[in-house]
Amino acid sequence: MADILDMRGITKRFGPVTALRDVNLTVRAGEIHALVGENGAGKSTLMKVLSGVYPAGSYEGSIVYDGEVRHFRGINDTEALGMVIIHQELALIPLLSIAENIFLANPPGRFGVIDRDAVHARAKALLAKVGLHESPDTLVTDIGVGKQQLVEIAKALSKQVRLLILDEPTASLNERDSAALLDLLVEFRAGGIASILISHKLNEVTRVADRVTVLRDGRTVETVDCRTAPIEEDHIIRRMVDRDLDSRFPDHAPQIGEEVFRVEDWSVDHPQHPGRQVVRGVSFHVRRGEIVGIAGLMGAGRTEFAMSVFGRSYGRDIRGRAFMDGKPVDLSTVPRAIAAGLAYVTEDRKQLGLILGEDIRKNVTLANLGGVSRSTVIDDMRELAVADDYRGRMRIRCSSVYQESGNLSGGNQQKVVLSKWLFSGPEVLILDEPTRGIDVGAKYEIYQIINALADSGKGVVVISSEMPELLGLCDRICVMNEGAFVGEFSRAEASQEKIMRSIMRKAEQP
Amino acid sequence: MSDISVTPIAKPGQSGFLKANLRQYGMLLSLFAIMLFFEVATNGTLLRPLNLTNLVLQNSYIAVMALGMLLVIVTGHIDLSVGSVAGFIGALAAVMMVQYQIPFVPAALACLLAGGLIGAAQGYWVAYFKIPSFIVTLAGMLVFRGLMLAVLSGQSVGPFPVSFQRLSSGFLPDLSEAGGFRWSSMLLGVLLALALVYANVRNRARREKHGVEAEPFGFFAAKNALVLAAVCGLTYQIVSYRGLPNVLVIMAVLIALYAFVTTRTTVGRQIYAVGGNEKAAKLSGIGTERLTFLTFVNMGVLAALAGLIFAARLNTATPKAGVGFELDTIAACFIGGASAYGGVGQVTGAIIGAFIMGVMNNGMSILGIGIDYQQVIKGLVLLGAVCADVYNQKR
Repeated sequence: MADILDMRGITKRFGPVTALRDVNLTVRAGEIHALVGENGAGKSTLMKVLSGVYPAGSYEGSIVYDGEVRHFRGINDTEALGMVIIHQELALIPLLSIAENIFLANPPGRFGVIDRDAVHARAKALLAKVGLHESPDTLVTDIGVGKQQLVEIAKALSKQVRLLILDEPTASLNERDSAALLDLLVEFRAGGIASILISHKLNEVTRVADRVTVLRDGRTVETVDCRTAPIEEDHIIRRMVDRDLDSRFPDHAPQIGEEVFRVEDWSVDHPQHPGRQVVRGVSFHVRRGEIVGIAGLMGAGRTEFAMSVFGRSYGRDIRGRAFMDGKPVDLSTVPRAIAAGLAYVTEDRKQLGLILGEDIRKNVTLANLGGVSRSTVIDDMRELAVADDYRGRMRIRCSSVYQESGNLSGGNQQKVVLSKWLFSGPEVLILDEPTRGIDVGAKYEIYQIINALADSGKGVVVISSEMPELLGLCDRICVMNEGAFVGEFSRAEASQEKIMRSIMRKAEQP
Repeated sequence: MSDISVTPIAKPGQSGFLKANLRQYGMLLSLFAIMLFFEVATNGTLLRPLNLTNLVLQNSYIAVMALGMLLVIVTGHIDLSVGSVAGFIGALAAVMMVQYQIPFVPAALACLLAGGLIGAAQGYWVAYFKIPSFIVTLAGMLVFRGLMLAVLSGQSVGPFPVSFQRLSSGFLPDLSEAGGFRWSSMLLGVLLALALVYANVRNRARREKHGVEAEPFGFFAAKNALVLAAVCGLTYQIVSYRGLPNVLVIMAVLIALYAFVTTRTTVGRQIYAVGGNEKAAKLSGIGTERLTFLTFVNMGVLAALAGLIFAARLNTATPKAGVGFELDTIAACFIGGASAYGGVGQVTGAIIGAFIMGVMNNGMSILGIGIDYQQVIKGLVLLGAVCADVYNQKR
């Protein structure tokens, strides 16, 4: 079989960070090619390079598609050649009909006047092809996620697709819808349409894929042919996580004390979809001086769990009990959660952590203005002293604490957010992806700060998608998947393989 | 770890400092330049005692509302209803005082309370139901304009009792009027100027004690000399007409209060935080909804006060009262450097903005420019001021 796509030596850098390093990917005409790897392995970046989201010239390497070297400059270039990518977050417009969505970019018609009958008829034919029995006039918002996924595929078919790229298409589908979708891919394969399937669910991969390419840390690890020999899931998992744990973590001897914080039977519903549980009956505790990690894939419910605990900042219909030092506490609002001794350092520091337009000083004191004021009048010199103190302790690199926090680097911004929460005087800190988007040097400093926090007798919870980070930092690691805790490992037991396996195993069970 | 290298801030020279703080002083300089221009163009009419007093009286209600509007804009909202609310409250006051003969004090208090309730009614939808303030207050604008017509039955109601008229047309009684000059009123102005300078000096000393970079001394001295001269000079001119207008005193107290609250208190800081990043503020334990609600309540009270001042000034409540006030008020805030995206803006800026508009109105009227071109020029000034601000920020 001829290759429809051949990506050679793709290297993509974002400033000093190399996201992809010499990646190779070959897709044969009419095959289903699975692309697997951890969060941050570079799957999405690779697909963005392929589809022209990162235009030719912004990366190194070559893309040969359909026998010719291509320099894609945007989605339009790739779609014109029959390459369609369907993202995890569907790109449908909810209040337009199915037919209107399918022909959104280039509706049939003349002189900009849409031929409604043609739209309807063609949409109907396409829907039949993907096995969706809905009227083309139904609004997209009125059908479920599984059917929306099919609409996306119908939309791709309308563009004479020859290479279909699906980014975790089954992540939000139930088993029946997933199976139907995979069957569709198999059907397409018979019709000569090749697919790239990005998935975390290895059972799906082994079921339909002809070949599997494993990415790890921005490199191609291996491409396995599943048709010559049956593929072993364990083998793939090993290749996904097989890396050395180097000395990127400061040494730390934990001094673990009494339990400081506990939640029991914590359940949370999705804020927009009542009845859809995002966190299911989680019980969890952390002791003084202990660093507990929460591992899991994106969308596992880790952030949702943390935010719902922190003053019900996420979700609705939150049930469960919380205890601080063994006594029940009320965490129903953020001020109450702060008063109870909880702090939550967000994963999204620009949107949820900082006021980017304000200076460092004002950000540091924001969660504890009472600490720098007397009867609601702010003592600006005391505030300055506090900010300067944290600037020194956290080694925030800045011209002065009057510098706008929006002008700081990611690592320094994170230190400002950490300072804010330390100044609020918490007993338990929940750090959500504390080193996301931060360079290696600053990461090390953040790790030191985390260790120091634990040593000062606080309970620390670290949510991270970087497994080496959890292994290097945490005294205990809980694994979360699909809203539930599915495994727990002590520092001695934990390994990347074990964690990955407990995530994957769970993912395979409906 | 890599060693820390913190570059010390380069000590900016006099001109460097001015450049860095252009945004802060730019508005004041603009007001100064505009006043200077009209003073020359009108052959000195602008700063004559009579005209200066009128200038204060004419713009007092816009300035009062700008205080509330600034807070609303800083939280990232807008209030289009203030003109209608001011008119409605004026009508309410007229009906209470003229038709029902309720005494001035209880009637005025009832009006302020009504303003607060109106603000609460609108703020409730904005803060707790997340309905865009533009829509809620647009509805309010129509509702209260209509209610005002209903209350007045389409007629003008007046005149007001003399005690109420004093609110706008009264002057501070003088204790020692010797030789035809109101010495005690003048003294009040001088004391105010000295107090301002004293506060500046004390603040500077405190900052220096804590080793905080202060502005260059020459600049500091010049600034204070200017403040002293401007306050004393304007007081002298105003006092030599009929004394200090009551409204001016009310305004000065309110400006001082709001400047203090916004810059020095936790509530003020929280309001800016809500406008700067509402989600981050909420996650930091700030009651964002409550604060938004309260800024609208505050706006309602100030709109009511402005309505009273305006009604007292006209000595009658007319169906036309308050038309277009919201636009002048909003323009004052934006000219004064507030950001339409929220989180940025200063009380002093909004007041300066109000007086830039006022001086331009007044100056152009004296020059005999028609109401048609006055509007054109005011519109262009608003656009220009905001463009200059955006340009300055991008640099």
